[in-house]
This record gives sequence, structure tokens and C-alpha cells, in this order.
Amino acid sequence: MLRLMKYSIVGAALACMGWIAGAAYATEIVVQSTTSTANSGLYDYLLPIFEEKTGIKVNVVAVGTGQAIKNAVRGDGDVLLVHAKSSEEKFVAEGYGLRRFDLMYNDFVVIGPKADPAKVSEARTIGDAFARIGQSRVLFVSRGDDSGTHKKELALWGQAGIDPRSASGTWYRETGSGMGATLNAAVGMDAYTLSDRATWISFANKSGFDILFEGDQALFNQYGIILVNPAKHPHVRAQAGQQFIDWMISPEGQGAIASYRRNGKQLFFPNAAP
Amino acid sequence: MQEIASSFEIAFTLIVGLDPELMEIVALSLRVSLTAVAIALCIGMPLGAALAIGQFRGRFALTVVVNSFMAMPPVVVGLVVYLLLSRAGPFGVLGLLYTPAAMIIAQVLLITPIVVSLSRQTIVELDQEYADYFSSLAINRMNRVLTLLWEARFSLVTTCLAGFGRALSEVGAVMIVGGNIHHLTRVMTTAIALETSKGELELAMALGIVLMLIALLINLLIALIRPRDAGYERSRIPA
Repeated sequence: MLRLMKYSIVGAALACMGWIAGAAYATEIVVQSTTSTANSGLYDYLLPIFEEKTGIKVNVVAVGTGQAIKNAVRGDGDVLLVHAKSSEEKFVAEGYGLRRFDLMYNDFVVIGPKADPAKVSEARTIGDAFARIGQSRVLFVSRGDDSGTHKKELALWGQAGIDPRSASGTWYRETGSGMGATLNAAVGMDAYTLSDRATWISFANKSGFDILFEGDQALFNQYGIILVNPAKHPHVRAQAGQQFIDWMISPEGQGAIASYRRNGKQLFFPNAAP
Repeated sequence: MQEIASSFEIAFTLIVGLDPELMEIVALSLRVSLTAVAIALCIGMPLGAALAIGQFRGRFALTVVVNSFMAMPPVVVGLVVYLLLSRAGPFGVLGLLYTPAAMIIAQVLLITPIVVSLSRQTIVELDQEYADYFSSLAINRMNRVLTLLWEARFSLVTTCLAGFGRALSEVGAVMIVGGNIHHLTRVMTTAIALETSKGELELAMALGIVLMLIALLINLLIALIRPRDAGYERSRIPA
């Protein structure tokens, strides 16, 4: 009886090993990405087109920009797709990325409660909008996670001449989370926040909140795509990764990006150099 | 609340309609967690039994340490496994990151302490009961361990269920080492986290309801398989 038990346990364990292995695709690449492109459904729309055309399966790991870049530095991805241009250029300059390409753009928007206590909707510039928030000390929720959105937000506070981090924990709340969780928090505590347009439009828990400020040039949001440098990480699937990048910046890929709609609105505007 | 009611509705629709995405993540959740539990049991139960009957210096310290590992946060386990399996890490060449195998490894590390601690406790009590019986048979250590595990098997089922519950419900570890990749490493808990971050709160709740229903079903099956009277086993020992 005991012997039978022993053998059956070993047998089960071996069977599990086989089950774990599972099927593998011919070619797969890993894209370390920001979350706005994933949460808005862009990848669900684009990737099947690319996979059908090339047979390459694209696995997207959607984390914050900061984490995506750090993962790519460690070689845990083949392609990097984020929206923090200066960090991306540093990534390439330090040799971790082969070459950076402009991919597409949209913009950032200031989200807030309909009542708009800080009168942000009356501001003329983004600096003015942030100044109103800082001066009225209304609740503002920040990503606080080193993401592209977070870096942009800090730059905008700098433009308004305010250091919000000294007020962290009072009117300035740093969630250290992704855009979605931050939006849930803003909605939950009746606070303002900065979001990229794509995540906001696709966000399903708006609870009467709306875009209160948009359109300033400084709110421009550029996305870039970079191949992880195979010289630094020889295991990188450089050929397949480059194929993906080439397609994304090609007229076909750019057209696909432009044709993606969510709630009837275009979320991303292609701007790769021809 | 209205959201909870509509979440039940969504859950019902997804289940009855056999929603393919739901089927996919449920299948992967079960595959990962059941495999992890199976492996954790193979490793943990003999270890727990050995810890229960072993006579060695530092047994007390080791028991305390193993019990403390039950409080290990899943996200920390995920981080440790990520650093080990990362390309920049020692086992990077295996290319296991962002695969179900990595998720299973992380969950095994998470569940094994629970299995060791709980089976140790169960066996210690049983061993004391059987002490005279064993000494009269001059039984060797290995057979003593296997006998105790076999005799305690029904109490150990609760240990299995505790381990399985921990595995099925955790999100921190599998999120980091799996990457929540669509059609590859997305399980129920990471899908719930994703839908929450997209503001799809009712869908997230619905997935939570489905997960609980699965846990309920599995517990029901196990409860039905067990003989009702666990005291039956004890009465077989001669006085």
C-alpha cells in the first residue's frame, strides 16, 4: 500500500512536469510596455494583425514605464515600448537599447470632479491649472511610481513653481500605482489627477468625473519603441523584435494604430518618421 | 449594493455562456495552483513528518523558522523568484520567466511552508499516540514517516486545502513572475487586478465570484470523497 502510494506520487509529479511544459510557439517575443497601451485595448487590436502576418507571437508585459525600463535593462524583454522620451534616450545612450523610434502620440489630460472646486477648467495654461490645484490645496492623486505619466506630472509641477512632494500625505497623495489604480483612487477620494487620454477614455469607473483641462502643448505625450540591445543581451530575439518594430513604424502598422477606436474616439496618433 | 447584484449577473452569464476567455484563465489558474500544490505536498509532507519525529539539535529553531515562512508575503516570493529567473539572474539561461512554470515555482515556494507547518503539527500529535506501538515494532524511521502520513491522510486533506486556497487566491507572486500576459500567463487573480485597474469593477467582482465558486466546488468534491467518520482510523490501533 505504501509502495503504491510512493509510486503514484512520483508518477503524478512526473506527469505534472509534462503538463507544465506545455506547447510552445515557433517564435515569441516579449515586449516590456507601459500600461496605457494595454489597458486601452490597443494591443488586443494590433497584435493579432501582426501575428497573422508574421507568425510571431507577441507577449506583452504591461507594467509602469519605470519597471518596464528596468526589466529591459536586465534583459527580460526583447522590445521596450514606453512614453518617457528622456528615459528612453538614456536607455539607448547607456547601450541597453539599440535605437529609439518615435511611434505615436496622444496627450495628457487633467481629470477631476464635475464640481471642480479648484476651478481648473478656467485655467489658461497647464501651469495655471496646477497652480490653482496647489494653491487651493484640493486633493490631487499622483502616480508616484516613476512612470512616464509620473515624470510628466512632476515636470508640470516644476513649471508651476510648486513642490508637491513636500505636501505628500496631505493634499498630495502618491499611490505608487498604475494609472488604473490611481484613477480608482482619485474617483474614490474626489481628487484631481493627471492621466493619459487613452487610459481615461477606456476607463470604466468614471463616476461623473471628467476632463477638466486639456490642450496645452506641454501635455504632449510621445510614445517610443526600442529594441533591447542584443550586444548587451545575446539571448534577445533581435530579428523577431526588429520585425515587430519595423511593422509598427511601417505605413501598415501606423495605419492600424490610427484606425483603433475606443468609444468612437481615436486614442493614439501615429507619428513615426517616414 | 447594486454593483454586487450585477456582478452576480455577469458571473452567471460568463459561466453559462462558457465564455472562452473565462475558460482559458480558469484552466490556467487550476493548472498552476493544482500543480503547485501537488509538488508542495510531495516536498512538504515528508519534511513536515521528518520535522515532527526527528530528534536533532535546532529542531525547535527550525520549527519556528518554518512557521514564520507562512507569513511570507506573496509579492516578496514573486520578487525573489523574479530575481532568480531574470536574464540578469543566476537561472536566467533557463528562460523560465513569464511562463506558467515560473508561476508554479513561485507558488510552490509559497505553499510549502504551510504544508510543512501544518503537517508537522498533525503528525506530532499522531506520533505521540502511536509512540508505544512503534517502539514495540522497532520500526525504521522511513517506514514510521510513511505510516504516519498514511494514517493522518484525512487530517492532512485540510492541509492540502489550505495550501490550495493560498495558491489560488494569491496575485502578487504570479503577477511579477508571470507578467499577466494575455493568453499565456493570465490567471483569475491577475485578471481581477487588471479589470479593477481598467475601472471594470463589476467584471472584476464577477471574476471573483467565479473564483470562489470554483473553490467551493473543489472543497465540496473533497468533502464528499472523505469518509464521514475520521475516528474510524484511530480505532484500528490495538490498545
